[in-house]
Formats: sequence, structure tokens, C-alpha cells
Amino acid sequence: MSEKLLLAGGRVVDPSQRLDGTRDVLLVDGAIASVGKRVRAPEDARVLDCAGLVVTPGLIDVHVHLREPGEEHKETIASGASAAAAGGFTAVCAMPNTDPPIDDPAAVGFVAAQGLRARAARVYPVGCISVGRAGERLALVGEMVDAGAVAITDDGNPVMDSGLMRLALEYSQTFGIPVADHPEDLGLSAGGHMNEGLVSTRLGLSGKPNAAEDIHIVRDLLLAELTGGRIHLQHVSTRFGVESIRQAKARGVRVTAEASPHHLVLTQDAVEGYRTEAKMNPPLRSREDVEAVRAGLADGTLDTIATDHAPHHYDEKEAAFADAPNGIVGLETALGLILTRVVGEGVIDLPTMVERMSCQPARAFNLPGGTLAEGSPADVTVIDCEAAWTVDPKAFRSKSRNTPFAGWKLRGRARYTIVGGRVVWEG
Amino acid sequence: MSEGLGKDLVGLENLSEAQLLTILDTAEPFKEISERRIKKVPVLRGKTIVNLFFEASTRTRVSFEFAEKRLSADTVNISSTGSSFAKGETLVDTARNLEAMRIDMVVMRHGASGAARFLAERIPSNVVNAGDGSHEHPTQGLLDLLTIRDHYGRLDGLKVCIVGDILHSRVARSNIYGLLTLGAEVGVCGPPTLLPPAAGELGVCVFRRLEEAIEWADVLNVLRLQLERMHAGYVPSLREYNRIWGVSTARLEAAARDLLILHPGPMNRGVEIDSDVADGPHSVILNQVTNGVAVRMAVLYLLAGGQPEKAEAAKQGAEA
Repeated sequence: MSEKLLLAGGRVVDPSQRLDGTRDVLLVDGAIASVGKRVRAPEDARVLDCAGLVVTPGLIDVHVHLREPGEEHKETIASGASAAAAGGFTAVCAMPNTDPPIDDPAAVGFVAAQGLRARAARVYPVGCISVGRAGERLALVGEMVDAGAVAITDDGNPVMDSGLMRLALEYSQTFGIPVADHPEDLGLSAGGHMNEGLVSTRLGLSGKPNAAEDIHIVRDLLLAELTGGRIHLQHVSTRFGVESIRQAKARGVRVTAEASPHHLVLTQDAVEGYRTEAKMNPPLRSREDVEAVRAGLADGTLDTIATDHAPHHYDEKEAAFADAPNGIVGLETALGLILTRVVGEGVIDLPTMVERMSCQPARAFNLPGGTLAEGSPADVTVIDCEAAWTVDPKAFRSKSRNTPFAGWKLRGRARYTIVGGRVVWEG
Repeated sequence: MSEGLGKDLVGLENLSEAQLLTILDTAEPFKEISERRIKKVPVLRGKTIVNLFFEASTRTRVSFEFAEKRLSADTVNISSTGSSFAKGETLVDTARNLEAMRIDMVVMRHGASGAARFLAERIPSNVVNAGDGSHEHPTQGLLDLLTIRDHYGRLDGLKVCIVGDILHSRVARSNIYGLLTLGAEVGVCGPPTLLPPAAGELGVCVFRRLEEAIEWADVLNVLRLQLERMHAGYVPSLREYNRIWGVSTARLEAAARDLLILHPGPMNRGVEIDSDVADGPHSVILNQVTNGVAVRMAVLYLLAGGQPEKAEAAKQGAEA
């Protein structure tokens, strides 16, 4: 028996088709069957009234840490996929910095299989660039791609060896996948726990200067230019980094880049009082950097919004600042934050948000989805842009609660998250 | 009219001028206790104080212990070796366990910046920061302020230069905040590798050369150069450090006026300070140590709820 779902009367925003208007969307057997002004619902179709809601291609987060295998007390692929669905994401790309790392085809297959079992958001595995994430020699890139890896990265670590990065950017071209890099010069950032500046000086914490990120971004851009490979720069947080990417794009370098919600809405001031929930890498930076990241998101220099969802157990963050791990959870707050603090403040409009959270992530990582074109996978997010809610970490689907946004009042959240024509979240 | 300190003493950054002066003024009557034949008053009788030292310390720990004992508190010392936190117990668990034993105050030294505040936010006992990472060492700052004030009779308008590793120094930060609040001008001088990136934004003058700092200052507070800084490559050698940033009689004699010399100890003689300066007529290094006990008595007394104007009476045996 076929499964049919009609999303009736919503404002359909699909930049991939330059569409923004009231439409019905019919989903049949896991694919988009039709989008039109008056789509007749088959008798056996379930109808969801979407009047007053926004219907978009499913949101995709190309940068999440699901911690499985190895740190299942923080998150599992199942809990992470469920948190993604609750946040309006229909697909996520799982970073390979697990224990053991995802650096061979069997491990990639494991992540993919766990993702399928979760029956929530789709989980796309990302493989390591180097064996063991050790930064020494290339992992089995081709075999990992065959097993389902959509990209490679040593995320968590930058690839410090420029020679290895060159090889990765060359070799990956056979498979058409991007090479994602966490840009950080470890020599410059050594010992640092937050952004270097007045706040770090006052708090007596060692800082990471912008230059640590800038140098690495520029190096990666030069190597992409040298090789013709596709570089994807993760969580760009500095003004010079944004400007360098802008210039590289103008030169025709094949680069895509991310902005994280927290780098769009928070500055280093959030660390005041040694708040470990504001400790992340790259660190929260200055107001000027936030403005530059916002401008980069608006003009398309930064293609995608990606959360860098980084779950940690509560007692790991319950420590002195220098002893606490980096990272925050992001899947269940991203949409509300972007709608409230980025779209709501006029940085980008709603269609641009859908570009950055759906169409472009799909394009950057060659993923199905990112469009409501007929025949595409029936991955759809239905958003209630008016829903006012307060961030309550206790209500998260994620196993972890490490967020600096607890108590924030936001407007806008996912009403339905639909993956392959099946409603996996109803808010 | 005095201002209370609140529950804890975590740092000097957020203390007002009135609060700083209250502590310094309260320290005055307590100085005399240490000069008595029987150095004990009942001010903190029945109070239980834990000295929790996650980092090695002799001077600060002993100074706190004398302050506590001379005020008749019951004290327990816990240091990192052989205790449960050497066995992996977290700071939070250590604190909760102490709390469960119904203590009144914790004096803590910890290697992580922010550790004192972390503890203070989690336990109802009073917390006194005895040094947290590179953040603050407020009682050291206070005893430096008191020592300078003893000599000049004021702090307002004085020029105090802190010399050495400012980047990693909790003593420097506490001094900077306290001195600026009390109206002094503050300079810092040291190798650029050991100056914080935002030093200028703290409201202090930055001196590249010690000669310029000496020309400018009324007071030099000379910091200890930790040997590990040399190993980490911040300075190429101790000999070179001494040649360029070492406080020597020859350099001081070039100045138009006499400078007061402070050092928080322990000294590396021949590195950051030459012996004839440390032992010379303008050195108040041992006065700092003496004042340390009085300042710590004042802090403990005030945090325990003691009224500054009653300190003299409390000393004579009245309840705090």
C-alpha cells in the first residue's frame, strides 16, 4: 500500500525552484509527487493542514557530532537523529571523530546502519581524511565513499600537514566529495580556551587569536586553488576568514563554508563568569567578527548554517573552564535561533535561510534533498514561524543539555519534520 | 559607613573603593595581634575553616593558617598530594563532601582560572580565593596595597609598575584592579611574550624597557619568573632575562628618586631581582609577609560577618 501525505495550504518556500507562495505539496511513496496551487488529495492521503505554516525542503545540518561509537553517554546516533528531527532537520552529516574514529568502510557502514535504524532524520556518515585522524596518511577514502561516506574530514583536529591536505584535495576529486577542514593552526592556538582579547586577559584564560583560524583558512584556500579540489571550511568565526573566502570565491576557488548559529548570535562576552556552556572551538569571538559572519551569511560567502552539535555529559561541563570540553548542542535550538535572531533581525530573509539550511548544504555535500522538485525525496520541514517558546534543555531529545541558550525566548520552530514521506516529528 | 564583602572573596576586580578600603582599614587593628606575646584572640572561635590547596604553596598557606589560628578558628589543611582529588575526585565532589561536614569557610588555591568562583557558586560556605590559575590572588593584592599604603600613607596618585610575567600572573591582575580602583596609576613591564595581548585595554601603561618603567614609577612590584616559562620558550635564558628585566641597584640608582620595592615571593635572586635590591633599604618584601597575616585576618573576619568598626573590640574578646 502506498503512503500519501498532503501538506495543504502552507506558504511553500523552495529557493531551488525560486518558489515562495501558497501551495499544496503531495508526497507519495517517499517522493515529492506534486506541488501546486490546488492539488487534489487522493482519498487515502493523510492531510496536514499547513495554513499559516511555512513548508520548506527538509533542513540539512552538515556538521554534527553524534558520539557513537565510543561516547554513547553523551549521544547515540538514535538520540542525535531524533534531536535533529525535533529541530526540523531531515538529514545530518555525522562527524567521524568518534572512538574509534570512522576511518574505514566498516565503520562508515556502521554509522549508516545505525542511522537507518534510528528512523528519524537521515544520518549521512562522514569519513576521516587520515587513518586514525592522526594526520599522517590518507584513510581508505574510496572504499569509505562506496560504503556511504559523503565527505571526509578530520574534524576536531585540523589537518596540520599541508602536504597531506594537498593529497586529500587531489585524491578526493575522483569521488566528487568535499574535503571538510576545521581551520585552526594548533601552534598558535596551543593552550587556548577562549578567544584571545580583553575578556581572556581579564579572566586569566589563555586565548586563541583570530590569526590561528585565519592562517589555516588561507592555507586551505591556497591548496584548493592549487589542486582544484573542493574544500569545505567548517564553522568560520573570524572577519578575516570570511573576507578571505569571499575573495577566493571571486577567484573561482571551489570552496564552501559554514556559519554556526552560536557564532551568529553570541560574542566572547558570553564566557564572562567562566560559563563553560559558552566554551567551544572555534571560540566565541568579538562583535566585529559576529558582524562579519552575519555579512558573510547574507551575501553567500558562507553557504551553509551548520550547528556543530557537540553533546557533552553534564558533569563534564561542570568543571573549571580550562578543564571543560569544547562544544554545545545545537540541533534543537538552531532553527529558533536563526529565525529569531538572524531572520528576525533582518540579516537574511526567510528564503535565504532555507537556502543556507537546506538547498546549499545539499549541494555542498551532494546530498539528495534540498528541493521540493517533483521526484525528489519527500524530505520536508514544516515550520511555525510564529510559535513562541522558551529553550528548556530538559525537554531536549538529545542526551545532552550543554547549551548557552537555556531560558532564551525564541519565536519559530518545526511543526512537522517529514523524512521520506513519513512524519518523524510533530511539534 | 562600611560596605560588606558579600559571601566570598574571589577577586578584587569587582570590589568597590569602599570595600577595598574597608579591608585595608580592618587589617590595621589586626596587625597588633601578631606582635603580642600570646598571639590569639577569640574572634572566629567555633568557626571551621578548610584550607584546600590544589597547588603547592608554602607562604600563602602558612599565612592563612596563622591568620585563622590567631583568630581561634578550627582549621584543616588539605593539599593535593595524598588526598582524594589526587585520586580523580572532581572539584565539585570535593566541595560537596566538605560541605556535608558542615564547614564555615574554604580557602582555596587552584591551578585553573575561575576555580574559586566555581566553588563559591556551588557551596553556601564562604570562599576565599588563595589564587586561581592566572586569574586573581586577591589577598596578595590586598597585602601589596596595604604595604604600599603603609609606606606612602596613600595609594591615590602613586605610580606602581609591575615587572615580569604579567601574562600568567594572578598577582598582577589583583594588583592592577585594586590599584586602579584606589586611584593609583599602574604600569606593566616585561618581555612582550609575557604581557597579555590586551594589556593596554586594562587601563595600564605598558613599558617595553625596564629603564623607562623605573624612570616613571614610585613603586616596583617585581614578579617571580617561573622557571617553566623559560622552558616553554617565552624567554631564551634566565641570564638574558636578568640582563634586560632584572631589577638591579645599578638600574635603580639611575632613577631620580628612590623606588619602593615589592616582591610577592618566592624570589629567584639573580634572575628577576638582585640580592642587594631585595635586601636593600627600599625593599619592603618582609613587610609584605607580615601584612599578609593581618590582611587575611581582616578578610576572614569580614566574611564571617564581623563589623569593621568593631574589629578593635572583637580583638579584645567581644564576639565577632
